[in-house]
Amino acid sequence: MTDHILSQNSPAAHDIDIARSRETRRHRLNAVLRYALLTAVGLLMLYPLIWLIGASFKTNSEIFSNPGFWPENPTLDGYIKGWKTSTPYSFGTFFLNTLWIVIPKVIGTAISCTAVAYGFARFDFPGKKILFAALIATLLLPNVVTRIPQYLIFRDLGWLDSYLPLWVPSALAGDAFFVFMLVQFLRAIPRDMEEAARVDGATTWQTLIFIVVPLLMPALISVCLFQFMWTMNDFLGPLIYISSVDKYPISLALKLSIDTTEAFEWNRVLAMSVLSLAPALAVFFLAQKYFIDGISSGGIKG
Amino acid sequence: MARLQLRNLEKDYGSFRAVHGINLDVEDGEFMVLVGPSGCAKSTTLRMIAGLERVTGGEIRIGGELVNDKTPGDRGISMVFQNYALYPHMKVRKNLSFSMRLKRRPSAEIEQATNHVSSLLEIDPLLDRLPKQLSGGQAQRVAVGRALIKKPQVFLFDEPLSNLDAKLRASMRVRITDLHKRLKAENQQATVIYVTHDQTEAMTMGDRICVMKDGRIMQVADPVTLYSRPANTFVAGFIGSPEMNFLDGTFEGPESVGAADQTISLGADFTRRLSGEPSGGVTIGIRPQHLRIAAAETPGTLKGKLNRIEFMGHEVYLYVDIGPKRIIAVVPSASYDRGALRDDWVWLSPDPKGVHLFDRQSGENISLAL
Repeated sequence: MTDHILSQNSPAAHDIDIARSRETRRHRLNAVLRYALLTAVGLLMLYPLIWLIGASFKTNSEIFSNPGFWPENPTLDGYIKGWKTSTPYSFGTFFLNTLWIVIPKVIGTAISCTAVAYGFARFDFPGKKILFAALIATLLLPNVVTRIPQYLIFRDLGWLDSYLPLWVPSALAGDAFFVFMLVQFLRAIPRDMEEAARVDGATTWQTLIFIVVPLLMPALISVCLFQFMWTMNDFLGPLIYISSVDKYPISLALKLSIDTTEAFEWNRVLAMSVLSLAPALAVFFLAQKYFIDGISSGGIKG
Repeated sequence: MARLQLRNLEKDYGSFRAVHGINLDVEDGEFMVLVGPSGCAKSTTLRMIAGLERVTGGEIRIGGELVNDKTPGDRGISMVFQNYALYPHMKVRKNLSFSMRLKRRPSAEIEQATNHVSSLLEIDPLLDRLPKQLSGGQAQRVAVGRALIKKPQVFLFDEPLSNLDAKLRASMRVRITDLHKRLKAENQQATVIYVTHDQTEAMTMGDRICVMKDGRIMQVADPVTLYSRPANTFVAGFIGSPEMNFLDGTFEGPESVGAADQTISLGADFTRRLSGEPSGGVTIGIRPQHLRIAAAETPGTLKGKLNRIEFMGHEVYLYVDIGPKRIIAVVPSASYDRGALRDDWVWLSPDPKGVHLFDRQSGENISLAL
């Protein structure tokens, strides 16, 4: 009896095994194809960056003779000479200059945008709707339109050739995008915690600092990262307002090495480009988790 | 002294009046429950007492002092929220001590108070956890602890148990009432205002209950009075389970009322309870528990067709159609002989002590004079 049942069942079991192994094979093949495609596209996207890094170790003549990214005679010449620059200042000065813009701008943005967003998200005051609409309207305004009036204002204030025009507007919540982002994030956070804090005896500012800011942290980190990267990469702002070479940030300094030498030392330009990428990349990878948290939750819940 | 007084308290949202000038006195140490269906403004009232909602008109006094314009932190109140509202980035210890740290109390005092509260609520093992690592019941106890540590004059609870499952709710109910008694025994201020939509919670926890509807107070009384002498049809229908049966009737004489072409005799005593002769129609209210099965064709009883029978173990729910109106009778299992089946005729005799007459226009109970 048992034999009978077994013999009846075994072909079915065999079929199942075959189907299962076929399925496994299909999954594996799928995975291989998927990863191959992703790798290929990823490489395609990254190739300019990889080429940049490779080329920064080439000699100036090899850059044009050898189209591949791997240097035949690797040399640090580009880095050494590039760092010295053709000016009396080393590239370190320009790095520091960039920091003097970036640090106050990022800190100022974080503080001012949080305060403004808190106001818009949590308080009712006369004219709130109109003010918020105005804020959103500035998001839609092309930057170029305001360049000249802004320039005139800062000239009258005597701020030309200083870093003030570059960071003060942002430190006064001038970046509507960040305010908007934080407002959306705050709207998704229930008010109960803040009410509990008020019942516990916290003032409005204490509630903001002790309760709201910690809850807002993922969004706030995104704001800081965006501001950091955009400021690092900003070329037009410094170009308009900074005129003395000793105050140049990296973005201008890179162009400087193109201008002043008659035969362009491309390997120096490329080497310094690699260096100037490094801080932004490092910060991004360090804070990647929060960065993605902040953008996605701000977007979905908003 | 932590007496709470509301005087003509009003709240408008734009042109909509949510709270219609309510007056309420809560005595020192009293456990007052605000109960009502959703949208009856009980939470709004509580939030006005807490200072989270601006008062449109009237006065709020805590311990005799007018607090209308005080911030929540200065009112001597503490509040437990429906969804706990623990600070998610702080450990339980910090959550508990937040109010004390804001006041910059010495750390030894904070430590001692935290330990006292945590042992009182049995949350010592949880002190170093984050709120997201707590279960609902634990989070609720931490929330109560955070209210307790302030030693407030008045505790405010805003539907604190509605997020818990039924079993936990029952045990938390006992815990909170025990805590209230204990604080009272320790001579601490322990006036409690407790908002709920659950009449069981209200009946089991409150020293007194304030039933609200549409921003008005319907009745304020202790649970027994509320159940046995409801002031109007709303309270009568809201308190008690299953709900009170209402029949439209006419007053036929000193000892009987008519309803659905039948006459219910109420006995000589009933007349004394009436506040005056009711002029027009009345609504007769009888709780399901005050109906008994009578012998067939007994005069003065209600005759109806049995529609459905539900055995609940110790008692039986009988759904009886009297004309177009369906009423429920709850009788002890012992007195139900299983003789009556579906679609049989049954005769129900109301206990005259449990019969209420309401004025049909105003809904006021006119059978409370005694």
